[in-house]
Amino acid sequence: MIECKGVNDMEEKILTNETVKSAAPDRVIKLQIKDMTKKYDNGDGVEHIDLDIYEGEIVTMLGPSGCGKSTILRTIGGFLDVTSGDIQIDGKSIVNLPPEKRPTAMVFQSYNLWPHMTVYENLAFGLKLRKTPKDEMDREIKRHLEMVGISGMETKYPSQLSGGQQQRVAIARSLLLKPSVLLLDEPFSALDAKIRQQMREEVKKIQSELGITIVFVTHDQEEAMALSHRIVVMNKGKFEQVGTPSEIYDNPASRYVASFIGEMNFIPQADGSTMAVRPEEVFLVKDGEACDMSGTIRTIMLLGHYVETNVQCGENVIKCYVQREDIEGVNVGDKVNLKFAKHHVF
Amino acid sequence: MFKMLNPRRFYHAVGKQKFWEFIILAVFILFFYGPMLNMCMLAFANTYEVPAVLPQEWGLKWWKFVFEQDNLVSSIVQSFVVAIITTIASMLLCIPAAYSLARFKYPGRKVFMLSFLLTNAFPKLGIYTSIAILFYKYNLMGSLLGVVIIHMINSMMFMVWLPSSAFRSVHRQQEEAARDVGAGPIRTFFKVTLPMAMPGIAVATLYTFLGSMEEAQGTMLVGLARIKTMPVEMFGVIMDYPVQVGAVFAILLIIPAVVMIFAMRKYIGPEAIAGGFKMK
Repeated sequence: MIECKGVNDMEEKILTNETVKSAAPDRVIKLQIKDMTKKYDNGDGVEHIDLDIYEGEIVTMLGPSGCGKSTILRTIGGFLDVTSGDIQIDGKSIVNLPPEKRPTAMVFQSYNLWPHMTVYENLAFGLKLRKTPKDEMDREIKRHLEMVGISGMETKYPSQLSGGQQQRVAIARSLLLKPSVLLLDEPFSALDAKIRQQMREEVKKIQSELGITIVFVTHDQEEAMALSHRIVVMNKGKFEQVGTPSEIYDNPASRYVASFIGEMNFIPQADGSTMAVRPEEVFLVKDGEACDMSGTIRTIMLLGHYVETNVQCGENVIKCYVQREDIEGVNVGDKVNLKFAKHHVF
Repeated sequence: MFKMLNPRRFYHAVGKQKFWEFIILAVFILFFYGPMLNMCMLAFANTYEVPAVLPQEWGLKWWKFVFEQDNLVSSIVQSFVVAIITTIASMLLCIPAAYSLARFKYPGRKVFMLSFLLTNAFPKLGIYTSIAILFYKYNLMGSLLGVVIIHMINSMMFMVWLPSSAFRSVHRQQEEAARDVGAGPIRTFFKVTLPMAMPGIAVATLYTFLGSMEEAQGTMLVGLARIKTMPVEMFGVIMDYPVQVGAVFAILLIIPAVVMIFAMRKYIGPEAIAGGFKMK
């Protein structure tokens, strides 16, 4: 529940970023997916995908495993052929190019590095293929290791590094090649929660320094909220909603999106529809004031600067986040009235 | 000190379990290394009569004798020639096969893998005799090529299974990462896949080389006494010469094995060998 609050804070920051960004009139389309379909032999896959990604944007594909988010990323990277449709970078179609000819760079979930090469050799591999002069290569490698925060690791082997450090090397290797689009395929999901958070912040910092375009794939909604300019919420090979983190949090387009992002109370209505209310949009009101529901308090949990309260209203349990002063004098078993500030009906 | 070697004292000092473990280990070591020790001793014995434990006279007489026999020296050369050709040929043939078995899915893959086991399941002599019929037809009897083919058949199982599992242990992402930074498929294979699979390939190569060095049955049958490798000569040596010559010869046969195992000790271990038999 604390996470949920955290997301809100970060979301506000992103929101301000976003308004600054969208104020700039010249938004150039960097990557364009046009009516792309990729079907596997077993019938799974994605169909009729359309998406424009602008220059300098972080777009996250968010969804449960098997929803097709990695499929889309791999078709951009060239590791999967498309069944039909087109993918363009800077206006040029890339669907017929092998991965080595595409202006993309990818960081995988794991096993990015070659264990028989040192960190330096791992980083130099792509530069050598591009016939980069030795002194420039040394300089660039040093600079990029610094950028990802692991200077001086050149002579180590991947097995001597921690998981987080390995992913940093992988990111440095991708950035070294100055790709048009950086593709990140759940790069932090194998890491500890704390390191994951660190890496997230760093990717955001590096992105804003370099202004690089990033397509990020994750199943972690918190990560998506924290990192992205725009989120594509996916389910079963289809886009459920595309929007900024605040749009998706405040105005989920479907029940699926509402349940996948953040905490949400779902209350069945008499007419068969479902009302959805965020826990922070539920308020306790005094008797006599207009209210939406009433019930008895089941649990009261103090979670720092706010209190999580579960209220039993008939068959439903409503979760609400309330301020500490609002719940003073209220005990478990008491009757309370609830008012919903903002809600959605699906 | 000698007091402690009294079995009863030893038993009570180390406890029941340790005592029996020690006894079993001692018997095992004697069983395992005894004959080898005896062989080493015989190789350096100028004269030795059976009932004695130690030779009557030590010396390098029989070493000198072996190196003076032209047919014995030429058999050493012949052995190396056959082993080197077999190793290179089976690498060229089996490593691509191993890669395809590891990376591509096609029907009959597993049956193909298991079929290598079959050649080892039948009695070798039976297979060699039926091969001999074919070889007579194609004029391969008594030829170097014929012997090399026989040796390759023996090495195929290792040469396909071990590298195949080594290739499988290279993660696809590692190959994809190489493609991603700009390497084509061929460069990716030689710079990433092959070096990473090298331990498995090295072990398989070692088995092939050593297997070829010590193969006797097939070489004798197909080589028709024209291709005389060391193990083939060995039969003659045992019949015609004193027992010491056999010992010297056996040590000569061991030397390449010891040298190669030492050179590749990094790659050889129960894990590497066990890894080769995984069927995925």
